[in-house]
Amino acid sequence: MTGFGYSLTPSSRINLDDKDKEKWNKLIDLEPDVLKCMACGSCTASCTAGIFTKTSLRSAILYLQNGQEKQAMEYVKSCLLCGKCFMVCPRAINTRHLLLSISKIYTLK
Amino acid sequence: MIYEGKQKIWSDYQKDIPDDHYFYVRSCIRQSIFPASEMVFLDITRNKLQKDFFETEHHTTCGGIAYHSDAIPQETAMTIIARQFALMHKYGYENYVCSCITSFGLYTETLETWREFPELEAKIKEKLWESCKLEFAKPKYLAHASDIIYKFRNQIAQQAKFKLINKKTGEPLRVVEHIGCHYSKMFPSKGFGGAEYPYVLAGMIEAWGGEVIDYPERRHCCGFGFRQYFVQTNRGYSLSNTHKKFESMEPYKPDMIITNCPGCPYFLDRWQYVISETEGKTYGQDGHGIPVFTYEEVAGLVLGYDPWDLGLQVHQVGVEPLLDKMGIPYNPENKFKGLNNKDLGRPELPSCASL
Repeated sequence: MTGFGYSLTPSSRINLDDKDKEKWNKLIDLEPDVLKCMACGSCTASCTAGIFTKTSLRSAILYLQNGQEKQAMEYVKSCLLCGKCFMVCPRAINTRHLLLSISKIYTLK
Repeated sequence: MIYEGKQKIWSDYQKDIPDDHYFYVRSCIRQSIFPASEMVFLDITRNKLQKDFFETEHHTTCGGIAYHSDAIPQETAMTIIARQFALMHKYGYENYVCSCITSFGLYTETLETWREFPELEAKIKEKLWESCKLEFAKPKYLAHASDIIYKFRNQIAQQAKFKLINKKTGEPLRVVEHIGCHYSKMFPSKGFGGAEYPYVLAGMIEAWGGEVIDYPERRHCCGFGFRQYFVQTNRGYSLSNTHKKFESMEPYKPDMIITNCPGCPYFLDRWQYVISETEGKTYGQDGHGIPVFTYEEVAGLVLGYDPWDLGLQVHQVGVEPLLDKMGIPYNPENKFKGLNNKDLGRPELPSCASL
């Protein structure tokens, strides 16, 4: 076996057809505003907890869209529910309520 | 689908290519990694198609490699390009054709930038005069060499001695076509079929009897890039891109790959060796790799050139299985003989796969 000094990087491909969309559809029913998010990152930039913890609604939404629930919850669980992100959202999404709904739907067994 | 609508969109991505009288510029890297491709292009256009293709030893690189790896600023690259265009004008030509896709992309980018920013064009004009004392000129028409072969694909088919057909089964060969990103992804209107449905290579394959394979990662980059290859530790990224393409095309059992870029055939060819060494996997039939060709090499095979005159012995993946399928005669003993029967030496075989 020859050593080249580099190797294949693991594939990050996601097959959305294999993902269960039940919880995502439930979230859309409950919080249709989640589809308004344009991933500007204002919520993350203004997050009080974000300075100290891995809190990011923008990232959480992206992971949920990709069906990566575990990763998404890593970005939600440390939220303090202060609501500052709601004040800065340019799409006027009720982010605090959305975060609560994500926690409820995705932590239900 | 609204047929008329599709026709209208398609017509936006057609090019009216001049028939004759071109100033030809070579590629920096193609001359070393696919040495005969440019020779074959000139031989086909000049001697088989009886066209006027002029080249001069005074032309240089387009500056693309240095530009894309941030070694020179844009204005320097533009001045180099202005010098190339000035040479074309000096020798009395108005149609410019380049062998390299990176050059084609950079020439297009430069012409578009000059169109958008005339003050920059004026500045380059001055720099050209200061540095080279040459008169500034722009080509009337800019083509990539694959456009020319595409334009004359049917004439080549008429003179064909071999077709892209499996001689034993009579079935068309299954061909993967891979377009260089800088051909039509940067400026879609400059390439046949645009970025979504580039037809330049597909048209050649169909005209010469092959069957084009449509696979999921068909439009994915080969992985060359510039930054991800120049630094050794970044090459895994390049390799992973190629790996993704091969994994995607494998189920369709391609017989061969045709490309129109300097980097793509090199990486699609060489990375098969690296993948076979590191992963123990090959993607062709019977443990072989999938042979990768430039469009000039395929045109040369179709027209009956000797495979070893086309430089096919310097490919990493052996081409013999494909030659056998097409029924092209070759002498295995001559494979590693160069000019005047000089021995070129033999490459070490991959340790874990028959390529």
